[in-house]
Amino acid sequence: MTTLNVNGKKHSIDVDPDMPLLWAIRDIIGYTGTKYGCGKGLCGSCMVLMDGQAINSCQMKAATAEGKKIITIEGENKNLQLLQESWVKHNVPQCGFCQPGQLITATALLNSNDNPSERDIENAMSRNICRCGTYQRIKSAIIETVELKNS
Amino acid sequence: MGAVRNISRRSFIKGIGLASGGLIIACNSNPFASEPKDLIEFNPNLFVQLNSDGSLVLVASRSEMGNGVRTSLTSVIADEMEADWKRVSIKQATGDAKYGDQNTDGSRSIRYLYETMRKMGATTRTMLEQAAAKKWEVSVEECSAKDHFVHHTSGKKISFGDLVEIAKTLEVPEEVTFKSKDKFKYIGSYLEGIDVPNYANGSAVFGLDKRVDNMKFVAIKRCPSTFGTAKTFDDSEALKIKGVEKVMQLDRVPRPFGALGGVAVVANNTWAAFQGKDALKVDWDLGANGSYDSDDYMELLTKNVHKKGTVAKESGNVNKAFRKATKIIESTFKAPHLAHAPMEVPNAIAVVNGDTCEVWAPTQDPQTARTEVAEFLGVEKENVTINITFLGGGFGRKSKPDYIVEAVAMAKQLNSPVQVIWSREDDIQQCYFHTVSSQYMKAGIDADGNVSGWLHRYAFPSIMSTFNPAADGPAGWENGSATNMPYLIPDMRVETGKAPAHVRIGWLRSVINIPHGFSVNVFIDELAHAAGKDPLDFRLNMIGTEDRIEGGEGDYKWNTKRFRHVLKQVAKNADWGKKLPEGHAQGIAVQYSFLSYVASVAEVSVKDGKVKVHKVHTVVDCGVAINKNTVESQMEGAAVFGMSLALYGKITAKDGAIEQSNFHDYQMVRMHEAPEIHVEIVDSDEKPTGVGEPGVPVIAPAIVNAVFKATGKRYHSLPLSDHNLV
Repeated sequence: MTTLNVNGKKHSIDVDPDMPLLWAIRDIIGYTGTKYGCGKGLCGSCMVLMDGQAINSCQMKAATAEGKKIITIEGENKNLQLLQESWVKHNVPQCGFCQPGQLITATALLNSNDNPSERDIENAMSRNICRCGTYQRIKSAIIETVELKNS
Repeated sequence: MGAVRNISRRSFIKGIGLASGGLIIACNSNPFASEPKDLIEFNPNLFVQLNSDGSLVLVASRSEMGNGVRTSLTSVIADEMEADWKRVSIKQATGDAKYGDQNTDGSRSIRYLYETMRKMGATTRTMLEQAAAKKWEVSVEECSAKDHFVHHTSGKKISFGDLVEIAKTLEVPEEVTFKSKDKFKYIGSYLEGIDVPNYANGSAVFGLDKRVDNMKFVAIKRCPSTFGTAKTFDDSEALKIKGVEKVMQLDRVPRPFGALGGVAVVANNTWAAFQGKDALKVDWDLGANGSYDSDDYMELLTKNVHKKGTVAKESGNVNKAFRKATKIIESTFKAPHLAHAPMEVPNAIAVVNGDTCEVWAPTQDPQTARTEVAEFLGVEKENVTINITFLGGGFGRKSKPDYIVEAVAMAKQLNSPVQVIWSREDDIQQCYFHTVSSQYMKAGIDADGNVSGWLHRYAFPSIMSTFNPAADGPAGWENGSATNMPYLIPDMRVETGKAPAHVRIGWLRSVINIPHGFSVNVFIDELAHAAGKDPLDFRLNMIGTEDRIEGGEGDYKWNTKRFRHVLKQVAKNADWGKKLPEGHAQGIAVQYSFLSYVASVAEVSVKDGKVKVHKVHTVVDCGVAINKNTVESQMEGAAVFGMSLALYGKITAKDGAIEQSNFHDYQMVRMHEAPEIHVEIVDSDEKPTGVGEPGVPVIAPAIVNAVFKATGKRYHSLPLSDHNLV
């Protein structure tokens, strides 16, 4: 049995120890906001917060995540909530599929950097692909969240 | 489109729908049938349900894939109805011809449905005004709807919800009057996408997120070469994987959108299914496409465009014009296959019970899916329900329901609900690929610097090959803009060369306008250079000063005034010709596609041999813009999509197999590479035209033209990564 702490709740699951955290979260625990995009850690659709850091959950074994605090897009985090509000205000999403991953990466950035520069934002967010091409709005939404926090 | 027809109250209560021609007809089913019944409901037509508490449910008949269509279509109803948008929720229609054409591609949802949605709203508004007049015992002329109320000239008012009971008893009016443009509240505004909050909190249910009871997860190993088959397979390693329950052969369904077939792994979770698939050992018969080599094929196409082809268009005498020219310019343009790679891979859930079937899938074309499934199962279409989830991107890929047929075939064989999930590798390697093309262009420049003769010859495997494997040349519509250009070229010939297909060919966002927009826009730049003229001035000269209204498609003729305007306006917005930093340059392109006019200016720099796109200015004339927020988003997205194909987009094949597999070797533009994008929407009273696709074709040529300006090097093939520029 593997015990995972996801969004403040403990889930004991019986899975192959090699199963990536992504699939444990989606198919076994049932939080489907975390997306499969590539399975190779290339696109960032599967980002979750693990002890505050953004990780590609498709590259992390569920067993390795035992004892860590996992937050998904459905979870609670002050920066995540602020960013979600800004995302709506800037009408960021098009198809919306990559946006949970984008939001988690942005949350981790703001968790570790109170005042990221535009370059910091670009560097952090380059882990995530948006095929619809919403980058400009993502950047604006992050910048505004930073400004709001610092005002 | 006809006027709203009067129908009997009996059929009106049952709801009215759209025939495929767009006429409103009576029909027997009601999309709201499953709604809770504790409220009194008013269903004047298939698209509107007003409840007695004032809540309003509007039906979206087209698929949501980032196109914003659930917001734009329904906001038209709400606007004409004088409803309060905050009271609106959306219900997604299932795939059914009663909603009219639901095929969400070709950038035509708004174009086809704008008037119809207005009628749905205006009819409801009129009936609510009539209901108020009846209640107050006053003339209907004294009643007018506004903001979810009907107001009387005396100053009294009544809410829409309180009129439901009376409205239900009224006949649907024969004639309705549309609002005047100055009264529009939502049409032409910046409306927030109605689903955006659910995208941001992760609760939006895409196909991949849907679950049904007792569902099995299925991954399918398909032959590396198109239409190859499994001779034998060894599943011993696959069956050892925890969670894998079964391995079975899936036969090909030889229809345009049938299943490719292969070996299917059935598991109790996605990962086990993927692992099982990777562990399979399959001996393939690669079939007729097993020797497909895209490099050799490009040579063949190029050979075919350097000899006489089939004439697609001819006017004047091109050879005579060439003889009059003082300079002759010739170029050959090449562009590779592309894959759509929507962020959500193809997937579908199917439940088959006897002779009925229910599907949940991210599909752009639920009616085609319904037909394919019914044909496959040998049942009536009425026995098949296609539920449309959110689509995590579509770009044309999800118009083809092959993955739905796979799910249905598996559900039937297993006698269990299944979800078929493609891996990213499956998606990139087993796509309905954007065509690969070679194009030869030749033009003369006369002593005055004008174009004297234009020959355009191209060869690419046709989309028609997906429907008829013997098709080895383009269908008429695939000549697209090449034979329908708003330029003044009296002596012109367009020819097509042979190109048999060796993979499944499909349509990808902006389709044939990608290669044609690239070749024509880059070639015109070359001609301008040869003539010693500015590329903008040269284009304007080619369009001419006279306003010509011709060409186009059906009732939608192109108008050179609008073509000229987007070009001039984008030049103004980008400050065309301004002094730029060292190594920076601008490039321009303009394209008429999907009945809309788009021009873009790209500002690039080339430093240490590497290109960076700094800015893109786009001006779009799409007639009436319904939701400007969506139109701007689509143009921003098109700039990034166009940039990805310009810089990185390339799918190649060796020994029948696709060589790329995931985002490391089929790359997308990321945030640090993305340009600053400025969009202007031309204010217009013209009928609405395409938005989703027409922003794409101008981007690659604008970049390539800017690179020429910056470096003096002209690139005739895509992507630019092939030239070591990225």
